[in-house]
Amino acid sequence: MTVTHKLTFPLNDPAAILALRAGDEVVVQGHVIGIRDRTQIRIFDQGIEPPIDLTGALLLHTAPNVRKLGPGRYEKLCIGTTTSARMVRFTEGLGERYGVRAICGKGGFPDQAIEPMQRLGMVYLAIVGGAAALETTQIEEIEDVAWEDLMPECLWKFRVKDFGPLTVGIDAHGNSLYHDVQNRARQRLEQLSARL
Amino acid sequence: MLGAAASLYVWALRDLPRDLREALAGALERETSVTGIRVLETIHRNVEVADTERNLVCQDTGIAVYYCRVGERFPLHPAGIERALKAGTERATVEHPLRSNTVHTLTRESTGANVGYRVPIVHWEFVPGWDGLDVKCVPKGSGSENMSFLKMLVPADGVNGIKRFVLESIVEAGGKPCPPGIVGIGIGGSADYALHLAKEAIARPIGTRNPDPLVAQLEDELYGLLNETGIGPMGLGGDVTVLQCHIEHADTHMTLNPVAVNYQCWAARRTSAHIGADGAVDYDRDF
Repeated sequence: MTVTHKLTFPLNDPAAILALRAGDEVVVQGHVIGIRDRTQIRIFDQGIEPPIDLTGALLLHTAPNVRKLGPGRYEKLCIGTTTSARMVRFTEGLGERYGVRAICGKGGFPDQAIEPMQRLGMVYLAIVGGAAALETTQIEEIEDVAWEDLMPECLWKFRVKDFGPLTVGIDAHGNSLYHDVQNRARQRLEQLSARL
Repeated sequence: MLGAAASLYVWALRDLPRDLREALAGALERETSVTGIRVLETIHRNVEVADTERNLVCQDTGIAVYYCRVGERFPLHPAGIERALKAGTERATVEHPLRSNTVHTLTRESTGANVGYRVPIVHWEFVPGWDGLDVKCVPKGSGSENMSFLKMLVPADGVNGIKRFVLESIVEAGGKPCPPGIVGIGIGGSADYALHLAKEAIARPIGTRNPDPLVAQLEDELYGLLNETGIGPMGLGGDVTVLQCHIEHADTHMTLNPVAVNYQCWAARRTSAHIGADGAVDYDRDF
C-alpha cells in the first residue's frame, strides 16, 4: 500500500510528522532551505547562528548551479541533491536547537540518525539523487540566500511547487528503510558467499 | 580541439548516452518494489525534462576525466592536447555557466572553473602508426566516487575473495552512490593500477564484455550476484541494484591479488569524439 502525503513547509504540527511512515510517498509545497557541509560546519563547529529561520523547516542537502542577477539575487540553473551521510552528525543539533522537522537528501542517513529523529520528531525524506533537471523545475524561485562567501554551499531559501516524489526513508517512530535494507543485504551476503 | 573539449563536457552533462537510456528502461521493466519503481520512474521523468529543457541531468558537474587514445602521428603533441582539454573544460564552465567543484585539497578553497592543479584528469593510450585521436569525456560525480574501494587480497584469497570484496563494497555503499549504476572493477596490476582499471571499467559502453572469456564470465557472475543483494534503486530496497558490472584486468605479481571497485551512478555520463589529423571532429565515436 502506498500512502501519499502532501505537506507544506515550514511545518509546525508534530502530528503531521508522526503521520509519516517509512516507505510513504511525500510531495512538498512551500519553502525548502538548502544547506550543505560547509554551511553546517559554520553553524555547529564555528558556532555562528544561521541568519535564516529554520523553525519547522525542511532542509535540502544541496549546492545549486546558479547565475547571479544582482546583490543577493540568483537565478536557478540546475539544482539537485547531494549525499546526506556526510552530514549525519548535525541531525540532533538541527532538531534540538533550531526546530528543524525534516531533512531531504539522497542516499540516506546511517543508523545514528534514528534515535535523535525519533526523540525530536523529525523525518528523513529521500529524493532521487541525480534527478536535478526535474528538481529544478519544482523549485519556483530562490527567495533568499545567506553566507554567499560559501558559494555554492550557502544557506538558500527556495520556494517549491509539487516538490518530489520523496520517500520517507527514516520516520519519527524509529524505522529506517536504510537500516532494514542493510540488514537484509548483509544476511543475503552471507548466503551468497556460502554459494561461491 | 579546445572547442571540442568544451562541447564534450557540456554534452555529457546534458544528454545521456543511448546505451544507458536502454539500460535504465530495462531496469524499470525488471523492478518490482514500490519504492524502486518510484525511483526509476522519477529517473525517466528527469531524463525527459533534461532533454526538453536542455538542462543538466544532474547538478553535480563532477570532476572532468578524459580518456585519450592518441595515434603516434597525430599532429598535436599530447602536451597540447592536455592544454586544450583544460582550457575547454574551463571555457564550458564559465560560458554555460556550470557549477565549479574543484577546490584545493587542504584549504578547500575553489581553484577556478572546474580546473586546478592536475585537474581535469587525463589518461593516455598511444596507438602506433595511427594519425587520429579519440577523446572520451567522463564527468565523474562525487557521490559515486566517494564509494571507491581497494583491497590488497592475498593469492590464497583467490577469485572468491574478489567476489566477496565486491559484494561487501556494494552493500557498504548502499544508496550513497545513486544506484542502480555501473560497478567498475579493476583486478591485478598494482594497488594504483587496479584503481585506474576500475575507473576505466565504468567508462566503457554499458554491457560490453572484457575480451578475456574468463574475465567476461566473472563480469556476468558478479552482475547477477550484485542484483541479489536487494539494495535497490537509491538504496531504498528493490531488485535492481546495478545496471552493469564491468571488469578490467592486468597481469600481476605472483604474490599480489589486488581488487579495486569504482562506482558510477545511474547518471553515467559519457561522451566521445574522434579528431582526425586534419582537425575535423566527429562526435559520438563511442569507445
